[in-house]
Amino acid sequence: MSEAVKKLTKKDLFNMFVRSNFQQASFNYERIHALGFCFDMIPAIKKFYKTDEERRLALKRHLAFFNTTPAVCGPVVGVTAAMEEARSDGEAIDDGAINSLKVGLMGPLAGVGDPLIWGTLRPITAALGASFALNGSIFGPLLFFISFNLVRLALKWYGLTYGYRAGMGIVKDMASNALTKLTEGASILGLFVMGVLVTKWTKINVPVVISQTTNQAGVKSTMTVQGILDQLCPGLLALGLTLLMMYLLKKKASPILLIFALFGVGILGYWLGILK
Amino acid sequence: MEIHLYQVILIFIFACIAGMGSVLDEFQTHRPLIACTIIGLILGDIQTGIILGGTLELIALGWMNIGAAQSPDSALASIISAILVIVGHQNIQAGIAIALPVAAAGQVLTVFARTITVFFQHAADRAAEKLNFKLLDFLHLSALVVQALRVAIPALLVTVFMNAGSVQHLLNSIPAVVTGGLNVAGGFIVAVGYAMVLNMMGAKYLMPFFFLGFILASYLNFSLLSFGAIGLIVAFIYTQLNPKYQEPKQVATAAGSSAPLADDMLED
Repeated sequence: MSEAVKKLTKKDLFNMFVRSNFQQASFNYERIHALGFCFDMIPAIKKFYKTDEERRLALKRHLAFFNTTPAVCGPVVGVTAAMEEARSDGEAIDDGAINSLKVGLMGPLAGVGDPLIWGTLRPITAALGASFALNGSIFGPLLFFISFNLVRLALKWYGLTYGYRAGMGIVKDMASNALTKLTEGASILGLFVMGVLVTKWTKINVPVVISQTTNQAGVKSTMTVQGILDQLCPGLLALGLTLLMMYLLKKKASPILLIFALFGVGILGYWLGILK
Repeated sequence: MEIHLYQVILIFIFACIAGMGSVLDEFQTHRPLIACTIIGLILGDIQTGIILGGTLELIALGWMNIGAAQSPDSALASIISAILVIVGHQNIQAGIAIALPVAAAGQVLTVFARTITVFFQHAADRAAEKLNFKLLDFLHLSALVVQALRVAIPALLVTVFMNAGSVQHLLNSIPAVVTGGLNVAGGFIVAVGYAMVLNMMGAKYLMPFFFLGFILASYLNFSLLSFGAIGLIVAFIYTQLNPKYQEPKQVATAAGSSAPLADDMLED
């Protein structure tokens, strides 16, 4: 049988791309994306293997634990398809090689995907969208929806086709500098914007009066805690609170618990008149 | 306001989509900015939906599911709070007060749903044994129904049983000190989300860029878009000038030899 017959067509790849948009449909605590990965691979398995035994083994191979950032699952699916293709052509690739490649790629890809997607792309597009939405503009939700999904879909499609084309060469690419550079660049952008948001969009006001003075002209001036803090640096309390939350989250406090704790602080502070 | 039957149906359908979106995390239909806007559209008050969506989006900015860790649930929170605010003619602050407890409840529900889907995973093992491709596809996609219903059923109940009077009655029964406190807390609860993002980035040595953004924005009154552009330029300059990226050739070969798997395969 010639290789050309077994090659995935653009249609097959598109089918796998559509499927990869349902990567987390059967998300479960036992094997996370296991079934999702198998679901992505089905068009390839059908194409490459014709006997029942081969197909059964291939399906089982891809029902193993898998987990990565969903937006960057494309390259792994692509490269795995390339390996299955080589295997079906008689190359000596055993189950272990395929599985260890998947496991070997999912970690580093999540290492790129999480800061890139959840740490940079989504917070930034969402914050931009929200800044328009707060004035009631429909442009806000549209901006968020379109820009986020354009990037995400492009990553899925190009990731998949690139992984399939590159095959095992992807391991070399993954180890290259380009990926670290991208992750680091995205992290810098994400962190910078987070710094902006902390001071711009957190509202804490401590209107406690420290002193009241009346100058010779009879103009009363009031000095509040907030006024002093703002003189030091606006947003100082927001920064302190964020750093405290980071510390507590690292100590394994649950986010929802912290949210309710801050609720408690808000109610208590309002009742005592020290927060407004 | 009166809710028509077609609106109940549309809310149910959208709640299903948002529920599925909350586990898929692809198109972001579960995010407040999208979900509140759509509920607003269905109930004929898109303006309120958008503003509530923007407000909740900021609070939920850092709510994300990394690995198997679960964050508060934005799908249920957005939908229920948008319905109650619009139907009950409440202000946006009341929406925040409603959304947060619902987000906690939704988190419990989604953990429950993701445990149930272990059953689908096991059924898939058996389907693979029998070589039933159709069943595999079906099992994978039908697991979404669990997630759809965990949002759609509570949303349906709220839509059917709540009216302007009962919402007002419910919210009026909350003492003023609590609503005032929630209002205040709504201003700084965002810090939890920011902290989640910052911790996830896990690059301590890049934290100066966070403080740079903080200091610049504390004193400069630029738009968010221009700060984004500045951040992009800073990131670009840093990676351009970093000596780490100056000799790509040398590093690439070193990395290649540490991956023997790659070398084996490249021979063919």
